[in-house]
Amino acid sequence: MKLSDIVEKLSLEVKTCKAGLENEVKGAYVSDLLSDVMGNSKDGDVWVTLQTHYNIIAVAGLKNLAGIIIVGNRPVQDEILQKAESENVTILVTSLTAFETAGKLYQLLK
Amino acid sequence: MALDIDHPIEGSFQIIGGNFDTAGAASSQLKSKLVELNVNEDVIRHAAIATFEAEMNVIIYAAAGRLSYLITPTYIEIKIDDMGPGIKDIEQAMQEGYSTAPEWVRAMGWGAGMGLPNMKKNSDEFKVDSVVGEGTLIEMTLNFPE
Repeated sequence: MKLSDIVEKLSLEVKTCKAGLENEVKGAYVSDLLSDVMGNSKDGDVWVTLQTHYNIIAVAGLKNLAGIIIVGNRPVQDEILQKAESENVTILVTSLTAFETAGKLYQLLK
Repeated sequence: MALDIDHPIEGSFQIIGGNFDTAGAASSQLKSKLVELNVNEDVIRHAAIATFEAEMNVIIYAAAGRLSYLITPTYIEIKIDDMGPGIKDIEQAMQEGYSTAPEWVRAMGWGAGMGLPNMKKNSDEFKVDSVVGEGTLIEMTLNFPE
């Protein structure tokens, strides 16, 4: 499934790197612990988190993640969005909680 | 498969303690280098995890540090040395879940006590040397599959 399909089905707002919507999503990983994501997420996962600081961009890049979904309408600073854009990391936001987001993704990707 | 290079490739990156905004830069640059050299994908994945954790530890705990690497046809050696507080009890620090990170670092999603274990899990050889008050040296080797 493409990231664009997930954006459509979950009504996500695309904040950065529209080119990444073509990414193939192989799975999903839900965690706010960055070392957990580093250690246990897989290539092509879309990452669901409430973290919004700079390090999420490096994590997504180093782990070849398909994109980041930031939950609960948490605001993301402009500097972070600019950095994500320059590093080709797709950031998506939603008003859904992590639980709701994960539930919907599970239905789509299981 | 051995890497097709004529001679070993070395390099290093400086890491500034406390600089969370550029965290991951050294690991990302090393990863790009490995991608460019067509290193095995699994090795790249393991190296990215191990180096980023090591880099984060320097940023969280130390004043400054350096990540240096040596790429040979059959393995990569990565060293991270820092001018930090050192680790009092390495065995305890290696336990999953043990962390001395301050609360604000934990709020960022770091300090889960997974850093050193992640480094060990993702390398074939792993060694920590540390002197309290002086710093820490981490040495990791990742072999290319035959």
